[in-house]
Amino acid sequence: MTATRFKGWNREQMAARAALDIPDGSIVNLGIGIPEMVARFVPAGREVLYHTENGLLGMGPPPEPGQEDPELINAGKKPVTLNPGASFFHHADSFAMIRGHHIDICVLGAMQVSEGGDLANWSTGAKDAVPAVGGAMDLVAGVKTIYVITQHTTRDGTPKIVAQCSYPLTGKQVVSRIYTDLAVLEVTDTGLAVLEMAPGLNLDQLQSVTGCKLYPASSLCEGANQ
Amino acid sequence: MIDKFVATAAQAVADIRDGATVMIGGFGEAGSPIELIHALIDQGARDLTVINNNTGSGHVGLAALIENRRVRKMICSFPRTANSTVFPELYHAGEIELELVPQGTLAERIRAGGAGIPAFYTATSVGTPLAEGKEHREFDGREYVMEPGLTADFALIKCQQADRMGNLVYNKTARNFAPIMAMAATTTIVQANQTCAAGELSPEHIITPALFVQRVVHVANPQQESQLVAQGRQYP
Repeated sequence: MTATRFKGWNREQMAARAALDIPDGSIVNLGIGIPEMVARFVPAGREVLYHTENGLLGMGPPPEPGQEDPELINAGKKPVTLNPGASFFHHADSFAMIRGHHIDICVLGAMQVSEGGDLANWSTGAKDAVPAVGGAMDLVAGVKTIYVITQHTTRDGTPKIVAQCSYPLTGKQVVSRIYTDLAVLEVTDTGLAVLEMAPGLNLDQLQSVTGCKLYPASSLCEGANQ
Repeated sequence: MIDKFVATAAQAVADIRDGATVMIGGFGEAGSPIELIHALIDQGARDLTVINNNTGSGHVGLAALIENRRVRKMICSFPRTANSTVFPELYHAGEIELELVPQGTLAERIRAGGAGIPAFYTATSVGTPLAEGKEHREFDGREYVMEPGLTADFALIKCQQADRMGNLVYNKTARNFAPIMAMAATTTIVQANQTCAAGELSPEHIITPALFVQRVVHVANPQQESQLVAQGRQYP
């Protein structure tokens, strides 16, 4: 492809868009990377309880420099703070919250997402890599609603939204919505519906960088994006 | 009289034998019982199977135990961490075994082991390479895989405060795997930042009840793994 890459939403805008879909009162687990940024953009007036799988509900933002506590960290092993009403618990209870469907929404990154909602985000399957899975498989199997935030394509333009994942799966038919730099997509029984597109992008352009068939949602009006 | 206090870390780990299975608490450095691990390196037991979420970082603590060739097999969910080079190098050289377990499945396997439950079914990993070769069973229209409980000969954990009975409280997210590892091990060895008299800890606040603990060593001002790594320290 020689066409210059379409400049869609940036990382902050992707996180902010996903944050709009987190209702007041939700229990939310945020993955590492862009998903972590979602907490910064939850609209004013909504109270959200953040769960981190290493044993904390009610996680707050990162501490001021100099205030870090090595024994108060998130699942990405970064220092965090406590919000009022926070609680600690051990790992088995933490994953009982996940496996037992007590967490409402989890926002994760992705290497690939299929049109059926399969997620691959833990391994490229490369023989020489040290495999590492962490809590991703538990989260997608147990949390009620899984949102994915990801660039629409890899750096070299290869689609990450595909008909079938070629990488080893994290979970089958687990993703509800996908927030990319180019679009917001919903996994439906009949395929991937386009809910929104980045300003200036049309459906043909979006389709050309996507590895599976897209359908416009009935609510989609091209060119009328905010 | 019940008194689980032991004078030194060396005494506490003295009977860990070659080939033992050892659960080690901690999520990254939070909760890592670094003084107990160093005492185990000094003690010399080898051919160990170690259960921990990670594989340590730098050249201290768990990473040093692995680097000193004491570990035959790691059971963990995430063997890569920032500053973790020891395990990846040995793994690539085919000199250490890895059993990769999803983090929640690892936690529940430990909890089940400690609770006398030999195996359980979970939806985690169904449809992925980590479910291959495992028994599958359907309940109410959903597919699950069977996972065995995990027990260990020893657990090495860290807590904030302990009394002579072995009642424990923890500090923030350093709690992580410690309470369930204490349940799952035959002999649980604790390093405590502080100790106190029996009756001083509120029974309403005790996280690990005394019967899960066999030995307690007081380690005031424990070393912080990330500081040792930043200083480029190596153990021994």
